[in-house]
Amino acid sequence: MPMSLKETDMISGLRSAAAQLSGDDGELNMDFSCIARIDAGAMRALEDLARKAEERRVKVVLSGVNVNVYKTLKLARLSRRFSFVN
Amino acid sequence: MIVSDVEVKGRGQVSLPAEGPSAERIAYLESLVSQAKIAAAVFTQFTQEDVDRIVKRMVLAGLEQAQYLARLAVEETRLGVMEDKVIKNMVASEFVFNYVKDKRTVGVIREIPQRNVLEMAEPIGVLFSLTPITNPTSTVLFKCIVAIKTRNAVIFSPHPKAWHCCAEAVRIMYETAVENGAPEGVFTCVESPTLPDNAYLMHHKDVGLIDATGGPGVVKAAYSSGKPALGVGPGNTPVYLEKTADLNTAVVDIIVSKTFDNGTICASEQTVVIDTEIYDAALKKFADLGAHICNEKETRLLERSVIDPQTGFMQPMAIGQKAADIARFIGLSVKPDTKLLIAPIHGVGREHPLSVEKLFPVLAVYRAKSVPEALKVCIDVNHAGGLGHTAVIFSRNEQVIREFGNVINAGRIIVNSPGAIGALGAVYNDLVPTFSFGCGTGGGNSTTDNVNIQHYLNIKRVARRTQNHMWFRVPNQIFFNMNAVENLGQFPSKTTIIVTNPALEQIGHVDIVRRHVCPQTHVHVCVIPDAEPEVKVIQQGVEALNFYKADQIIALGGGSIIDAAKIMKLKYESPEADLEELAAPFLDLRKRVIEYPKEKARRTRLLAIPTTSGTGSEVTPFAVLTDKDSGRKVTLADYSLTPDVAIVDPQFVMSMPKGLTADTGIDCLTHALEAGVSNYASAYTDSNAMQAIRLVFRYLPVAYENPRDEEARCMMHNAACIAAMAFSNASVGVNHALAHAFGARFHVAHGKANALMLPHVIAYNAAVPAKFMPSPYTQGYVAHKKYATVTDLLGLGGQGVQEKVEKLIAATEQLLDRLEFPRSIAELGIPRDEFERAVPEMVKAAFDDPSWRSNPRMPLMGELVELFWKAYEGRGESRVNTVHPQAV
Repeated sequence: MPMSLKETDMISGLRSAAAQLSGDDGELNMDFSCIARIDAGAMRALEDLARKAEERRVKVVLSGVNVNVYKTLKLARLSRRFSFVN
Repeated sequence: MIVSDVEVKGRGQVSLPAEGPSAERIAYLESLVSQAKIAAAVFTQFTQEDVDRIVKRMVLAGLEQAQYLARLAVEETRLGVMEDKVIKNMVASEFVFNYVKDKRTVGVIREIPQRNVLEMAEPIGVLFSLTPITNPTSTVLFKCIVAIKTRNAVIFSPHPKAWHCCAEAVRIMYETAVENGAPEGVFTCVESPTLPDNAYLMHHKDVGLIDATGGPGVVKAAYSSGKPALGVGPGNTPVYLEKTADLNTAVVDIIVSKTFDNGTICASEQTVVIDTEIYDAALKKFADLGAHICNEKETRLLERSVIDPQTGFMQPMAIGQKAADIARFIGLSVKPDTKLLIAPIHGVGREHPLSVEKLFPVLAVYRAKSVPEALKVCIDVNHAGGLGHTAVIFSRNEQVIREFGNVINAGRIIVNSPGAIGALGAVYNDLVPTFSFGCGTGGGNSTTDNVNIQHYLNIKRVARRTQNHMWFRVPNQIFFNMNAVENLGQFPSKTTIIVTNPALEQIGHVDIVRRHVCPQTHVHVCVIPDAEPEVKVIQQGVEALNFYKADQIIALGGGSIIDAAKIMKLKYESPEADLEELAAPFLDLRKRVIEYPKEKARRTRLLAIPTTSGTGSEVTPFAVLTDKDSGRKVTLADYSLTPDVAIVDPQFVMSMPKGLTADTGIDCLTHALEAGVSNYASAYTDSNAMQAIRLVFRYLPVAYENPRDEEARCMMHNAACIAAMAFSNASVGVNHALAHAFGARFHVAHGKANALMLPHVIAYNAAVPAKFMPSPYTQGYVAHKKYATVTDLLGLGGQGVQEKVEKLIAATEQLLDRLEFPRSIAELGIPRDEFERAVPEMVKAAFDDPSWRSNPRMPLMGELVELFWKAYEGRGESRVNTVHPQAV
């Protein structure tokens, strides 16, 4: 089951996901379909999550990412650190 | 207050970093870029309403803190005037807001429906911005407001000697912006910036644009980084005080501007060139209003003191200081409230040190004895370090103002107002408000604009396919069927010239025409040879028209005669028309370089009565002219050449010989088929093309075999005219290009040359093109389908497009056989080796021929070679597998 994120507590959701990462998971799925806009704090939390996932060799898959958020990740050069499913 | 430790580099000096920043420093700079990059990315999600709300709060903060920041700036830099810096901060906030508040900078920023274009904004991302010592806080306020309006993040690197006040300005703007929703990290300020820091950031891959406001060193470094850059450099503003000026206004404006913030604005006045008639009065006014006019000795002292004799640039110690302080420092005795030191000079250049930029209240003045002398001195000042920046003129003489604008290279030419404040925009004029003056290529900049939001945006243009206007133009009136010539009587004329050939006169056709001309008309006949019209023949015809003062021309003959009459009319109505020039090549009729004359010295009516059934010249806008002396053939094309009236009366073709019937008939069929598949084809031309094809297939064999068959002659005569209406508006294609080249080289009649190419060209156009022709008029490739439609129209049967195309080719071949055409070039007796030698030249001629420009398939040179050889070999050459596979 993908982990569903909410815009109101996105940063804590991402931090919690990062904290629970373990090498055995192999893949972490996160549902972004409720995220209309992403702020700088959430971007930093995502960056942190990406770094930890890379260290533990966990693939992070983001689903339901809207076009504006996708472009934001792209511009911040974060998109290449995640996998995306529609 | 005199400062001697201000580290403003002399103008023109360039400092380059010796080595890069340390690893620790790089980590710090990377953290700034990372923050800015994330902020810029987040910012792209913001709406126009979001940014407008933030901008408004920032502007209010700027206004509230204007005095505080001005005081900080003066205390730190020890340059300028606190009160003036308050004004600058307020202009940077309020006036800039006033300019940007209603402007769209997010999403669609402009719609241009008449061009089917939308303009959309894309932020730049991360900007690296260098700010100057002379206008520190105002520049920061300005850039912050403009950056937020355009959704960009900025890394500031203030001048080290203005760092604290700038950092405070950035802090105020940043906190206000973030409190109101802007992304964190949107503004940062490099701590203790160094040249290596600046160089590192200028080259950083995540920095999208460098906005460098400062001296030439900074600007040059920015432009040398390889990054897009807005660089603003030094000025040297010449002022022309012309004798018609309002002297009271001019003198006050110059004092206001030159003393504003002690002359630190680079657009401020540097040398005032004054007409001799008002020179003394102007200087007296300056003196009355608080300026000190230096004598010769004082001027020399000033030169030695405020200009570096080594570099020729201003001494940093004087920048932004009060006039009285400068005077006291250099030992010049002036009144304590002296506003301005004015030094008369007698030229511009190194021998006249005060003719350079002086960012302090010292003004050079020059007495000019004439307008030309004044303009020349202004040009000299402009070229002495001020190219592209700013110039000022005070005058009431519009002609002089325009001449000044014409000869001076400055992005801002300020008229009857203060230079410094005028150049800032929005105060004294309607220029865009700014604190960054683009100086154009003269100043090594990419723009002459007052930098503002438009320079902080990538503007994307969404260009929709436009439905180009098309047309269907034919003569005003066309009369057809037997005895249509009787309609001539309804065209009143005092003097009519009948242009014809000797044979038609001999067989009585001219008499028939003469009988039907409106009564009371003086009729004269101009007999010319029945060959492509020559320049000499045209000249003779025009002489006749002039001699008789003709108001009507009747062209009676084949295509050549009608073409001749068209050109005679053109030269008669517009004697200045240059036929060579009018024949210049063009790609699109509406965008052609050479236009046909619209103003006409005379007006004449042209009636065309064709005596062959093929060219359709009676309704076309084309005419071919030969210059025997040069051996050149030129094709004229313009709708103004189209005859006014066409009379398509078959009685004039009843005696046409069989060969001519076949040749002209196939020319007509080629016109119709090529117009039918043309990229310019429309529903209007299709209806004509299809009808003409139907008539040719049905009546041409009959007319050929039974020349006296009235119905067949009548229908073929109509077919030629109808096909010509189609190709007049849809043009022809590659068949004509090939036929022109081959016919000219081997002297083969046009119709016969067309016939030799026709089956091969149908197959060629129906195949998948190796290269598609760009055409805004068509939707997809439809040539093969249109050929199939012709097959259906002719009732030839066949299943699917490919079979139908093959049926059409077979039917065309049968028609050519029935008309006893040679079916290969070889059959004409042209030796293979001779043809082979001629092919390269013919291919070149065919490719140069404008006929194929509307062909559905773009002919490649190799394909033209292949088509020529297919025509040479004729029947038996394989056309299998050429049809569009989707059509199978």
